Amino acid sequence: MIYLELFITFFKIGLFTIGGGYAMIPLIQQEVVAHGWLTLLELTDFIAVAESTPGPFAVNIATFVGMEMGGLAGALMTTTAVVLPSFIIILFIAKAFTNFQQNKWVQGALYGMRPVVIGLIAAAVWLLMVSGFIIKGAEIHAVSDFFASLHYLEIIIFMIGSFVYFRFRLHPIKLILISAGLGMVFFGVLPMLFNG
Amino acid sequence: MKEKNDYREKLLTVFITFFKIGLFTFGGGYAMIPLIEYETVERHHWIESKDILDIFAIAEATPGVIAVNTATFVGYKVAGFWGSLLATLGVVIPSLTIISIIALFFEQFQSLEWVGYAFKGVRAGVIVLILGAVVKMAKKGTYTPLTVLILVLAFGLASFTDINVIYLLLGGAVTGLIYQLWRSNKQITKKNDEVGK
Repeated sequence: MIYLELFITFFKIGLFTIGGGYAMIPLIQQEVVAHGWLTLLELTDFIAVAESTPGPFAVNIATFVGMEMGGLAGALMTTTAVVLPSFIIILFIAKAFTNFQQNKWVQGALYGMRPVVIGLIAAAVWLLMVSGFIIKGAEIHAVSDFFASLHYLEIIIFMIGSFVYFRFRLHPIKLILISAGLGMVFFGVLPMLFNG
Repeated sequence: MKEKNDYREKLLTVFITFFKIGLFTFGGGYAMIPLIEYETVERHHWIESKDILDIFAIAEATPGVIAVNTATFVGYKVAGFWGSLLATLGVVIPSLTIISIIALFFEQFQSLEWVGYAFKGVRAGVIVLILGAVVKMAKKGTYTPLTVLILVLAFGLASFTDINVIYLLLGGAVTGLIYQLWRSNKQITKKNDEVGK
């Protein structure tokens, strides 16, 4: 019964991956490859595609595997399964949180967790900058190596984006559309003009 | 009758808002944070700005995807069970639809050159968004030597080691609890001293 197997597997993935995002990849990889649903290569290809489609990665991979293995019904099955555990858990927590938010122990724990969240998001910015702006595998031994190993076009888009976003207080969606346009200009139109 | 209509309208707004969030966040995970913050705090005033960090903390410390968890939580706060259901559906349906279509044309999609160019740009834009979110949240934080130390440690460990974020959140929670315990004890001793006099 492929549907049941799909459901149970993705329920497990939804239940046991804490921290979200790419922290989920090792478990997903283990389960999906072990079941023979995707090869490691197909999974790597899909990760690249998931980066250029909206939505959380875990949900995307769930839908993709479901679709490949059991069509639309399979996709609905896996997507529901991956979301269901956290849906139930958060529902209970949200209910309790309204009652316990002012409890001094809850406040105590949150006092320590808030700076962690800020630190984590700052780390996400740092890691995205490193992976987005520095050429992969570049060896940096001197200042000149550093300047030779940068993705300048990405950095320029980042700077233009920062300027318009912070200066004109754009809606986040507008910035995404603008940066998509800049990407097409810098990586598509300009090379075509310069290289004939 | 009017109340019922208001409730329905609220549910619809919740659904549309999270549908939009699901549709426009690329790169997953943290990329959703700026948009969620903008829509729920600044635009619809569903969540107070001092509470949004707590919600992100809870969403990260519980199983599942942070964006979906936040949607469920905010939906519940705005409109109870149905709110949480619609928010969760809203945030998931865009990717469900898009990925289902892509799965059918997987190989063709990979070779769409211009889509690739657009997303190279989007990846740079997303960094701007997350940077904006962290600056905004950092401005609202309360800073004591202890919280600054926790922040710097969390940033360093998350940036330069492979540690699972759940340990960082647990560490923060335990530190916060110990601090609270120490503060309560100090208050009790102080009270006892006053009674003693």
